[in-house]
Amino acid sequence: MNKRDLDNTLAIFKREFLSYFNSPVLYVIVVIYLLASMGFTFFFGRFLESDNASLTQPFFFWHPWIYIVLAPAVGMRLWSEEHRLGTFELLMTMPLSPWQAIIGKFVAAALVWLIGLALTFPVVLTVYWLGSPDLGPIVTGYIASYLYALGCLAVTSAASAFTRSQVVCFIVSVALCILLTLIGYPGIVDTVVRTVPASLESIVRLISYLSFMDHFYEMSKGIFVFRDVLYFLSVIVVALLVTHLGLRSKRA
Amino acid sequence: MIQVQNLRKVFGSKVAVDNVSFTVEKGQVLGFLGPNGAGKSTSMRMVTGYFRPTAGSISIGGVNMLEDPETAKRSIGYLPENAPLYSDMTVASFLGFCAEMRGLTGTARSKAVDRVLELCFLGNVRNQSVDTLSKGYRHRTCFAQSIIHDPDVLILDEPTDGLDPNQKHEVRGLIKRMGENKAIIFSTHILEEVEAACSRAIIIDRGRVVADGTPDELKKSVPGCNSLDEVFRAITRPDTVK
Repeated sequence: MNKRDLDNTLAIFKREFLSYFNSPVLYVIVVIYLLASMGFTFFFGRFLESDNASLTQPFFFWHPWIYIVLAPAVGMRLWSEEHRLGTFELLMTMPLSPWQAIIGKFVAAALVWLIGLALTFPVVLTVYWLGSPDLGPIVTGYIASYLYALGCLAVTSAASAFTRSQVVCFIVSVALCILLTLIGYPGIVDTVVRTVPASLESIVRLISYLSFMDHFYEMSKGIFVFRDVLYFLSVIVVALLVTHLGLRSKRA
Repeated sequence: MIQVQNLRKVFGSKVAVDNVSFTVEKGQVLGFLGPNGAGKSTSMRMVTGYFRPTAGSISIGGVNMLEDPETAKRSIGYLPENAPLYSDMTVASFLGFCAEMRGLTGTARSKAVDRVLELCFLGNVRNQSVDTLSKGYRHRTCFAQSIIHDPDVLILDEPTDGLDPNQKHEVRGLIKRMGENKAIIFSTHILEEVEAACSRAIIIDRGRVVADGTPDELKKSVPGCNSLDEVFRAITRPDTVK
């Protein structure tokens, strides 16, 4: 990557990132995210009643469910908006490679989400104030949570490359994220394993292994395995490759 | 500057552009004429590197668009049809972004923005949001974007579409002035515009070039016709005829 590539990517990133702050959507999403993550933690997660200085169950446990709705809401404009406005044509006739645009935009959305996640810091302060938690599970929990959000964002980026409608992109992305979450959800996997013949169990396990949830679950418990990080990174890479494919199909 | 050879584009079973060839040298303004759906925009989208041709070659200033698109695109300024803009930006920040994409930074960037703001009469809306602009201003903002890096090649898809007569006159004048040291292609439905601004014109119909010459040559090309309008109607078929 030479300087020119980097400059192009940075210019795309900057524009995309600033455009989030020009639109009310971002503020609405961040506020809903904070309300939801705190609401789940204190009301459904029974954070205060549990008498346990850990964020795993009451806090991180709920994140995937929040992300499958909110990450597509952040990412749905990435390419759909370019298609709708016609600026995609402008962008693709400028001297940059599609990859620079794809990465610049994805990183902008990723940084927006990092800000949202960082704003949940009071819950960390709370748990330190109330008890003496292990730092390890909190760090891996945050990493797992962020990777989950990035996975959902990358899936959304791929969906948005194919459509000019943000609504279509949102619905398709939410459906994909739910699917990728549920096929590895421990309760569901256990039920399926119990009902299918034993010979099929390995296939069920394999499918569940492809799920976001399977990898999130391990990490959020504080077991930091490089394999799980690699899993999320490869999901992102594959989704961005699909984004590239979608954009190319629009120019054929 | 622009060399296009045997360009062909097929969408599914529909041939949109068929065997189109032309060259435009520095100092020439080429008018692209044709009925709606004739393949004008598709041809321009291929020349600018947006669409990939099914067959044929495109060379911009000696650089092959299909082999090295990033270098070839550097010397092109392009005004797409309908003048797309990022609606959440101000005029100046949009132009600043486009300048950055063209590799201009720091003072070179702000100088370029100021230059095109003045050239396109956009000074009084520079800090206005693109969302709130009238059609004429939107069009001129996108036009300003196409000349921000002072390109050698300008490709304008219906640059006067939706403008009022004064603005049309200004844009034509601008094209003519810039045509002195650039290679320009612009498409239009308005035939007087061709006579006013072009040194050469091509008429395409259903994807094929049906006439190519200076406006005067075109007028004489069909016996019995003495205006471009009559020639146009004589050699292109209305889209109601199959």
